[in-house]
Amino acid sequence: MTQPITARFQLDYGSFQLDVDLNLPGAGVTVLFGHSGSGKTTLLRCIAGLQQAQQGFLKINGNVWQDTEHQVFLPTHKRSLGYVFQEANLFPHLTVAGNLQFGLKRIAKSSDAADLRHIVELLGIDHLLERMPDRLSGGERQRVAIARAVALNPEVLLMDEPLASLDFKRKQEILPFLSRLHQQLNIPVLYVTHSQQEVAQLADHLVILAEGRAQASGSLVETLSRLDVPLAQDREAATVWQVTIVEHEADYHLTRVEFDGGSLSLTAIDAPIGTPLRVQIYARDVSIALEAPAATSILNVLPATITGIADDHGGQTVVRLQVGNQPLLAHITRKSAMLLGLQLDMPVYVQIKGTSILN
Amino acid sequence: MLSPADIETLLLTFKVASIATALMLLIGTPLAWWLARTRSAWKGIINAVVALPLVLPPTVLGFYLLVLMGPAGAVGKFTSWLGLGTLPFTFTGLVIASVLYSMPFVVQPLQASFASIGEQPLEAAATLRASPLDTFFSVIIPLAKPGFLTASILGFAHTVGEFGVVLMVGGNIPGKTRVVSVQIYNHVEALEYSEAHWLAGCLLLFSFTVLIILYTVLKTHPVAHQLK
Repeated sequence: MTQPITARFQLDYGSFQLDVDLNLPGAGVTVLFGHSGSGKTTLLRCIAGLQQAQQGFLKINGNVWQDTEHQVFLPTHKRSLGYVFQEANLFPHLTVAGNLQFGLKRIAKSSDAADLRHIVELLGIDHLLERMPDRLSGGERQRVAIARAVALNPEVLLMDEPLASLDFKRKQEILPFLSRLHQQLNIPVLYVTHSQQEVAQLADHLVILAEGRAQASGSLVETLSRLDVPLAQDREAATVWQVTIVEHEADYHLTRVEFDGGSLSLTAIDAPIGTPLRVQIYARDVSIALEAPAATSILNVLPATITGIADDHGGQTVVRLQVGNQPLLAHITRKSAMLLGLQLDMPVYVQIKGTSILN
Repeated sequence: MLSPADIETLLLTFKVASIATALMLLIGTPLAWWLARTRSAWKGIINAVVALPLVLPPTVLGFYLLVLMGPAGAVGKFTSWLGLGTLPFTFTGLVIASVLYSMPFVVQPLQASFASIGEQPLEAAATLRASPLDTFFSVIIPLAKPGFLTASILGFAHTVGEFGVVLMVGGNIPGKTRVVSVQIYNHVEALEYSEAHWLAGCLLLFSFTVLIILYTVLKTHPVAHQLK
């Protein structure tokens, strides 16, 4: 699965217009992020063919699913996709096993099917197979729905806020399954959400949608640190780094991880050396100093270069920095920015007060 | 006790109702599906036509059918041209009249049942490679099972109970069009009250049983509510 996904749609509902032209990677997880009414679900439904855009071109894995210029529109049931709805949407008249088999029975070659037993195990639903959907909890239902979609081994997996209808505890229960799923299956995923947490945890590629248009589309790390996207101004703004465990400092209960161009000390992580991790660094946890602080309780002090400054017109300044080869966002007060005389390309030091591990 | 002639009318009634119910399900299912899902401007008009027998006196419906299917009517001319003769006072004519007369009792529960299923299962089925027709048989029909049962029972029971339409279109021909309701009328006209009692009792018991099944086993809402 290396061929990129091309998705161009124009749709006009009068009060709402969708107008996107996207090239998305043919592997990994692409998160379509936006607030309600941004058009992210509409975009997903257009890709599935559940909604038909007046103008559209859609190519997935080399197959054209829609091309209005040539009157091509493949109906949903002829598209090799898996769709996970916001509400699990299981068939109430079939058992869990019956639901899982529904799609499998209908794909032409049995060799197209993924290993159902493996998926059932991966999602931890083996003990539920004989149950009817109304005897499942919300989290269990959503896991069955995910298994049902993945079992078809589709060319693309579309997930429409699969966790939105669940409470916090159930979300935490499913998120690890999702990360594991994405690591083990070689299916490109388009994942719709309005949760920054899910973005940070799952995305490889990020598309930010607002009012039916794509504001940004790019790798997670790059897109999260773009100053021209409102996300950077958000109180919850954060950057995500891909790191690897290199050392455990048992005495201090710390773990040292390496990123592209430097290293960080984190609270001890119970995982072997070499384990890849995702680390989230909130912009509000990053402070800036002009010189290396001689004495500080903060462990993670790194040299950095300023690559962007944006004012939020509310007393706060967002600074984009380059640390090694990683971008980093810092939220500081406008007054501090003035007093320090921060400017583009200026070498500074960043102090990272806290980090959180995402997987 | 029931006389052989009474039993004959009971069997004939059962036959008419069975055939009519089968036909109503066959015609009513696609019609109800269309009514449940269409946004066409015709929806209101078709709904009204289907529901007409609910409010029309049976004799009015019977009268128009008699005229239409008679030798001078459009349908009558057509059937004559086909070499089938005319339909009034035949078993076929009786079945056709029953189908029209009881159709709302089949279409409306089905329509309500289809509408309550909503869009979601259809979309799920489509994303799982099921064509629309496949979805209809593998998802819609199982989910609408209570609706189909209600429709069959109501359609059957209502056909059994018809009188006015039968008298206008079918008449009173023993073994051909003489159904129970007409036979009871005959008994009463001949002052054979004890025979009338037996048949009337049979119908009362039948109707009561049907409603008991509807409200306890199938747990459907009251008929009046369903027909809104």
